[in-house]
Amino acid sequence: MAQTIQLRVSRYSPERDTEPYFQTYEVPVKEEWVILDALNYIKDKVDGTLTFRWSCRMGICGSCGYMVNNEPKLGCATFLTQYLPGPITIEPLTNFPIVRDLVVEITEFLEKLKKVKPWLIHDDGNGAGEYLQTPDQLEEFRQHSMCINCLLCYAACPISGLDPIFIGPAALALAHRYNKDSRDQGSAERMAVLSHPEGIWGCTFVGECTRVCPKHVDPAGAIQQYKLAGAIDGIKQFLMPWGQRQEKQ
Amino acid sequence: MSSHGQAATPAQASPAPSHSASPAYTEFHPRWYRPKISTYWWLGKWAYVKFILRELSSVAVAWTVALILAQVWSLIRGPEAYSRFVRVMSSRWMIALNVIAFAFLLLHSITWFNLAPKAMVVRVGGKRLPAALISGPQYLAWIVISAIVLAIVISRG
Repeated sequence: MAQTIQLRVSRYSPERDTEPYFQTYEVPVKEEWVILDALNYIKDKVDGTLTFRWSCRMGICGSCGYMVNNEPKLGCATFLTQYLPGPITIEPLTNFPIVRDLVVEITEFLEKLKKVKPWLIHDDGNGAGEYLQTPDQLEEFRQHSMCINCLLCYAACPISGLDPIFIGPAALALAHRYNKDSRDQGSAERMAVLSHPEGIWGCTFVGECTRVCPKHVDPAGAIQQYKLAGAIDGIKQFLMPWGQRQEKQ
Repeated sequence: MSSHGQAATPAQASPAPSHSASPAYTEFHPRWYRPKISTYWWLGKWAYVKFILRELSSVAVAWTVALILAQVWSLIRGPEAYSRFVRVMSSRWMIALNVIAFAFLLLHSITWFNLAPKAMVVRVGGKRLPAALISGPQYLAWIVISAIVLAIVISRG
């Protein structure tokens, strides 16, 4: 008989339940199967009511983040065999409201993301032609541009859970990514929004966001670099208030 | 960390959810479940415990600063005041307290030195300097200064 493993999956139906509960499923183990394959097996063969997000199956879309044995993981990049003999506990990402089963509500994150202006801000108007960039300039921000918004870092960050207005790791790392981009001129604009307790200074450098990031974006590093830039900016404003004003004009 | 783990039904139980008396479902805004964070959330993971200990180490730093200020103050007040200070410092409970404070100070310093390479990106010849080259000199300076202080203390002792 083929080997199987138990999956304890968190279930929550907003129509029926007052709180989540666990349901156990027996799933066959195949060497190449990841958590997402197991969930799809359950959905197809055992229980069609199980609800979870997924899309690309290859670590690009960032949809299939779940808590696997209490660790934020991408369902498509986490193999069943590493949890043998089981059971595996699968829950929705922590620090987010639960919509249904493994699906969490991410509107608050999308609002925060908008706040950091994660796009190129350029003063000299559109149509100015292409913006050239050397490989060294690309290297300055490339690592932080790998974010897929999977939100594993928010699930790992205790501050995100304790302080809901904290902008959070991924959005701050993205702000830093655009600040470091040689084509961008929006760092002062972003600093005005993010140099606050709910922005960069809300981070207490737990460092778990960097550890769980499946794309090695290093949000914790990005935020500490941002803090250093913020501190230098603050000292400059204190020492040379007139110079700063001239720059703004 | 499982915030709703304790409230869940046992693993083997088939769907046995607690049904609400009057389901308040609306088409566009289903009732979200907001898990509560326990006061003891930081006990769930060693990384979180380390974080809390590091934050707590600031108390030890404040304590040490206060002790040094008290030492300077008693020095200024004269030999009698200073010998009283030394007597208090030699008591068992004070030594025990300072051993704990010293452990926290070590933790505080090490975590601070390890943070520096995260915050500082130094590029030489287009390549980022490895972390060891940024924190290394700080550790070296720490050891050298500590050795000098120790040498002074021993030579005067």
